[in-house]
Amino acid sequence: MRITFAACAAVCFFSCSTNDDNNRAPETFGFGREATAEEIAIKDIDIGPDGTGLLHEGKGKALSGAIIYREKCSKCHGEDGTDGPFGALVTDPNDTASTKKTVGNYWPYATTLYDYVNRAMPFDKPGSLTSQEVYDLTAFILYSNKIIDSTMVVDWQTLPKIEMPAKKMFVPDDRKGGPEVR
Amino acid sequence: MTNKKIDRRTMLSVALAGVAMVQTAFGKAFQQVEDPTKKQGVPSGTLGTRSPFEKVLKKPSDISSRTPLQDLVGSITPSDLHFERNHNGVPAIDPEKYELLIHGMVEKPMIFTLKDLKKFPAVSRIFFIECSGNYRSGKEELTPQEICGLTSQSEWTGVMLSTLLREVKVKPKATWFLAEGSDAAVMTRSIPLNKGLDDAMIAYGQNGEAIRPEQGYPARLVLPGWEGNMSVKWIRRIEVSDGPFMTREETSKYTEAIGDKKIRQFSFVMDARSIITFPTYPRQVEKGWIEIRGIAWSGRGKITKVEVSVDGGKHWQLANLQEPILDKAHTIFRYLWNWTGEETEIMSRAYDETGYCQPTYKQLSDARGGKSGYHYNPVVAWRVKRDGVVVLNPDAGK
Repeated sequence: MRITFAACAAVCFFSCSTNDDNNRAPETFGFGREATAEEIAIKDIDIGPDGTGLLHEGKGKALSGAIIYREKCSKCHGEDGTDGPFGALVTDPNDTASTKKTVGNYWPYATTLYDYVNRAMPFDKPGSLTSQEVYDLTAFILYSNKIIDSTMVVDWQTLPKIEMPAKKMFVPDDRKGGPEVR
Repeated sequence: MTNKKIDRRTMLSVALAGVAMVQTAFGKAFQQVEDPTKKQGVPSGTLGTRSPFEKVLKKPSDISSRTPLQDLVGSITPSDLHFERNHNGVPAIDPEKYELLIHGMVEKPMIFTLKDLKKFPAVSRIFFIECSGNYRSGKEELTPQEICGLTSQSEWTGVMLSTLLREVKVKPKATWFLAEGSDAAVMTRSIPLNKGLDDAMIAYGQNGEAIRPEQGYPARLVLPGWEGNMSVKWIRRIEVSDGPFMTREETSKYTEAIGDKKIRQFSFVMDARSIITFPTYPRQVEKGWIEIRGIAWSGRGKITKVEVSVDGGKHWQLANLQEPILDKAHTIFRYLWNWTGEETEIMSRAYDETGYCQPTYKQLSDARGGKSGYHYNPVVAWRVKRDGVVVLNPDAGK
């Protein structure tokens, strides 16, 4: 007992500003409430690189996407997506000299295109597109970058399988502090 | 509207009376009199105001707004001068309707209201938040604000994310989580779970009051030392998973070419950096004693030392660091210099606990096969001309 008391006194002496709140904290506070499956489904809109989360409704075609693109996207991304004024989307994969970072030469996953267009586009009317429209636009942008041909149907099954040319370039961060500049 | 009416009436009475008045942001008017001891002052009010003599402002662009580093005199950034980087504007969120959903690879998916978050044990910690795209150069007429004003420091108050993750009981195989904002970009980033369990916070307080809308009201994620984009503002959802989601912000943005056709991804930590904030463009100084001042910071821990050169990098001397030196926080440095009036260049470089030394522009571009956008933290040099005019040397270290 005496040893325990001495040890405790030493701890208190060196850390007199802390109490034992951490030890007294319960396993769970019970604040908040359990989320229902419906509540989760409304907000769970993300698409994983393996296609998790893609809606089954919708089959995208580049030709349909071109019509939607002209109406809802071209004022920001240009007539054919190669210029702006905001964010070029399209480059020829053979044009290795291009310094523009586009879907064709920089995006590593095709699923990201669906996820981003669905959640954030059009910029002035975010979240207003149907899944059919998002699939159509995804098909059109991939086709414009010569990643798929004009006849390919883009849907929840085919989209995750599309290989993006830029994927092989991505490497994890190798900086780790220390004297070496990376 | 009420304020506006008072403003007009006040202005009118001022004009009629013919007394010099100065308008402040909240409509309170101070009389400018020759001897303030001979005139009754303005009564106390409900909200403090910045002196009308102080014209300190952020510098906005379409997508961001920069902190006036050269105008600040302490280590905390006033909340209304904290930098902004938004991906589709600042949302208006009713705190009564705010909810944070945590789901995915958890035993018990849960929803927390703002009131719930405030019930949990709270922490208050001082950290910088810096955008990883925080370097501009290219001409002499640039201020610290324009060069790297996308860094700011606040005392953040909130609940540790680890506390919330304990409530939902994360499953053993989980390794990442997605953080999602409720802005018009519904912005998302994937974050390693270890960071969430280490020092991540869900913050609702900033410098003693509710977080400002521009900084994520009513609640945001704070990931100390990591690139600002990941400290998702207006956070509405966390999805625990066993891998990254490859969102737009972590693939097509916030990644950088490092040469040899390689693109660096998941470059989270902000490396050590410093910048002199006085004397800098557009100041003009006189010869004699000048206290060189600046800030240094590292996302990997504490700043261990800052060195200053007053001869274009030939010799380096230790600067004084202002205590307390905090982990992952802006640290003020100062160096007393007796300027002879000869043209020279002054610069600073920071070291952190890992032994990292802030590199030159050339060291960075050599290591990365040329200039790449994000995570550029080179030594910045200021040319002090014979007439005392201070300008940036945009070619320093190249």
